[in-house]
Amino acid sequence: MSNDHVSNLMKGHMESLAAEGKRADGRGINEFREVKIETGMINTAEGSAMVHLGKTKVLCGIKMLIGTPYGDSPRSGTMTTSTELAPLADQSFDPGPPREQSIELARVVDRGIRESRMIDFEALCIEEGERVWMVYIDLHILDNDGNLFDCCTLAAAAALSNARIPNVQHGIADEDVDLPVTCWPISCTFGKLGDSVILDATSDEEGVMSARFTVAHDENGNLRAAQKGMNGAFTDAEIREAVKTARASDNVLREALKGIQ
Amino acid sequence: MAGQTDMELIKNGVRLDGRKPDELREVKIVAGVLDNADGSCYLEWGNNKIYAGVFGPMECHPRHKQKADRAIVQARYTMAPFSVNDRKRPGLDRRSSEISYIVSQAFEKVVMVEEFPKASIRVDMQVVEAHAGTRCAAMTAASVALADAGIPMRDMIPACASGKVNDIVVLDLNKEEDNYGQADLPLAIIPSTGEVVLLQLDGHLTPDQFEEAMDLATNGCMDLYEKMRAALENRYGGSK
Repeated sequence: MSNDHVSNLMKGHMESLAAEGKRADGRGINEFREVKIETGMINTAEGSAMVHLGKTKVLCGIKMLIGTPYGDSPRSGTMTTSTELAPLADQSFDPGPPREQSIELARVVDRGIRESRMIDFEALCIEEGERVWMVYIDLHILDNDGNLFDCCTLAAAAALSNARIPNVQHGIADEDVDLPVTCWPISCTFGKLGDSVILDATSDEEGVMSARFTVAHDENGNLRAAQKGMNGAFTDAEIREAVKTARASDNVLREALKGIQ
Repeated sequence: MAGQTDMELIKNGVRLDGRKPDELREVKIVAGVLDNADGSCYLEWGNNKIYAGVFGPMECHPRHKQKADRAIVQARYTMAPFSVNDRKRPGLDRRSSEISYIVSQAFEKVVMVEEFPKASIRVDMQVVEAHAGTRCAAMTAASVALADAGIPMRDMIPACASGKVNDIVVLDLNKEEDNYGQADLPLAIIPSTGEVVLLQLDGHLTPDQFEEAMDLATNGCMDLYEKMRAALENRYGGSK
């Protein structure tokens, strides 16, 4: 996903910058890049959103179909998240079945949305034990300049918030209604760069960082999902600090998300 | 064609969407919309929405596909799951594979592949919203993306379909016409030579109707060609 080949010179440069609290692109270490959200551009989707996070661009489309509920939750709708690392987004993306990195990405985004109970699954029940709405969240990465985790979570949340249940098309009711959304999960992803921890890494930074940590909060500041990735490690103190930083830094994304409601 | 119907798709020379038989849907082309790709294009054609991105020339993977004397073009056409009304399962299906294959071959005719032995030029086409005519739209977008990437080419390839509805030959089928019409003929040409690099046909056409359909689609391609050039002039300033 990240840039695999970064020179040692660049690595040293970025690490020493981070040690001084600086970044190659002029940001502070706990600062997000500029974020822009557009919604409703795909007419064939029940909901859609395009999120720009710096140069990273993700397009999310929501489709809803009718299916049978799982046996252990007869009154709950279901949700499936998939990510497509479109080959046009990055020279290193290969076509073919999703690989581990794409699956990890989809599952982390899925957990952030699911565990926050952003979607009221019980409201998606049409007929107990028989028919429920199945929500499909499909994320298309169009341009990869790092931090797909946060960009995808934001795109999914924005697209869900603008989704309509297609009652008319499926003959369920006379009117389409808004998909009930109960809260707003936002994820923040950190990278370990040398001995420093940075927020919202670019593709170049991902190429030299050793570990990744994602944490999702709801709007009340409670944790909803987290994931540590890559083969490096964080100290206990770094993790605790990152969680605090996330709460302080996710306002920019929250404001952008509010702007579309 | 998929289904026959009594539906009146064209009435007094006016189609369901208000177009005349020889009229294209509205086309908007923007070159250079993605940062990572070496060249890119965003295209709206009616309600179709497509992104195309180009990488290369670069080392060809897998190795066994390399050609000792020239580059190969690896085109890939994919549709987003949310691009159609009934969610499409992600990934390559047989239709996408076929389109990818014939589009690759069409581009190998215009790209100066002999300049780059053993290399690969990757052309990725992402349909994010589909309303009939996406292969032509995707190919048109890919041409602009190739030009935007600075890949040496003999010409760009505009692509446009014609077809038949209610026994009338029309240009650029919309969704209803594609579903219930009588014929569909996607065509891609090299404008500078008039050569045909892609042609498919399904449905029913009399010999005269075929001639007429070829003329219409060729005119459509030439109209598109102007729009493609305009998109590139917009991005690069054009020749003064």
